[in-house]
Amino acid sequence: MEPLRTLKVGLDSLLLEFGSGGEVVEAFRSARSRRDEGLLEAIEIIPAARTLLLSGVEVDRVLGDLEHWGAGAGEQQQPELIELPIRYDGPDIESVARLWDCTAQEAASFHSSLEYSVDFCGFAPGFAYCSGLPEGYEVPRLTRPRSAVPARSVGLAAGYTGVYPRASPGGWQLIGSVDIPVWQEGSGDPALLRPGCRVRFVP
Amino acid sequence: MNTMTVLDPGFLTTVQDLGRPGLAHLGVSGSGAVDPDAHRLANRLVGNPESAATLETTLLGVTVTFAHSVVVAVTGARCELWVGERQAAMLRPVHVPSGSALRLGPSAQARSYLAVSGGIDAPVVMGSRSTDLLSGLGGRPLGCGDRLRIGLDPGEPRFADTAIAQRNPGPGIRVLLGPRDDWFADATLELLDGAKYLVSAASNRIGLRLQGPELVRRRPGELAPEPMVLGAIQVPPDGQPVIFLNDHPTTGGYPVIGVVHPDDLFNCAQAKPGDPIEFRVVLGP
Repeated sequence: MEPLRTLKVGLDSLLLEFGSGGEVVEAFRSARSRRDEGLLEAIEIIPAARTLLLSGVEVDRVLGDLEHWGAGAGEQQQPELIELPIRYDGPDIESVARLWDCTAQEAASFHSSLEYSVDFCGFAPGFAYCSGLPEGYEVPRLTRPRSAVPARSVGLAAGYTGVYPRASPGGWQLIGSVDIPVWQEGSGDPALLRPGCRVRFVP
Repeated sequence: MNTMTVLDPGFLTTVQDLGRPGLAHLGVSGSGAVDPDAHRLANRLVGNPESAATLETTLLGVTVTFAHSVVVAVTGARCELWVGERQAAMLRPVHVPSGSALRLGPSAQARSYLAVSGGIDAPVVMGSRSTDLLSGLGGRPLGCGDRLRIGLDPGEPRFADTAIAQRNPGPGIRVLLGPRDDWFADATLELLDGAKYLVSAASNRIGLRLQGPELVRRRPGELAPEPMVLGAIQVPPDGQPVIFLNDHPTTGGYPVIGVVHPDDLFNCAQAKPGDPIEFRVVLGP
């Protein structure tokens, strides 16, 4: 596990910078398992697009420990696969199809043919940034964000697919909606999509 | 069961405890009392565990009444305290008879804390009773007529062992540079040390918005979203810094020039619109 750069954040946090979202997720898993084994003390382990943040840590100790992070990767199990039933009936499916130079139906079957991976959560509790669209399929955000996006809407922005956990404002282009909740506050595990999960959209 | 009824919520009053640490990877902010030392002290004064929920007021205080008599304590920003027609003291247990109005007046700083013996028994959401104003987790800001349950297990009010560790209130805020100080020109980093700002009226539990010298970037372009910490000083394209407080987003796309020293966060918690803030760059603890 070789971060490109390590950056101190305040007195007790460390930011690790990686070359790809996949490496961030791998480092996230290593950090969580080292914490579970009692080898790392951290309050938060937060992945984002190209960086992983560890907060509430002894910075020098973590820097010295990084070289051991790859160890045990062999026994790593395949990450959980989550299947989301989807209807491709979003208001922006036509505009996405134009961007991809195909019909709405083709855009839908292309989107559902791919497997995605949750790189990180942000924007709102349980909002997962799912990577997996190939290069060249990036979708710009709406120039005027919607003031209200219904819960369970599926949107695209840059190379990511996201599912709105709850009704909220939002600027992603909406291609459809899923039939199951991705965020349940009452339950012990409120977020269905967690960093590292694999995701498939099933029409 | 005892209840508290809000007669006047002031400008903004919310239920807060020590928040929801450890869930930022799901997009859940830490939230919790913005001045945790004051929150903890209020709880100690009424014999609660420090994790019990209190009311956090903002600038204009709050007025409440109780169905049955209770012991309360008020800490944090200095304000007048009234029980019915009688004035009471902050920083000590105060008896409030049933039916009497308890009024916290406007405060000299931003946030006061009202602890009630037994704690405020608002619903627990993901391990905390805190209201998160960014994500909407927990309850809503309190309104007139809202009724909250008081916990059943009142502790023994205490007078001793209650002081907050020495704090030095004032405009000086120590800053540890990074992680993205390399996005800013050398002249900007020099300017940051000693730079004076005013707290903007747009400040809230999400962030302290500052007005003053523009922090100019060396690099154009966008930063890929990256994790954010409490006290991060984020610089949007207009160059006016925002200090992230407890309800801050867990990730953000603007570069963080530096992070506030943890021992100076209470100054940010208690700064009100119009107050001066002066940054001082330090290299370590």
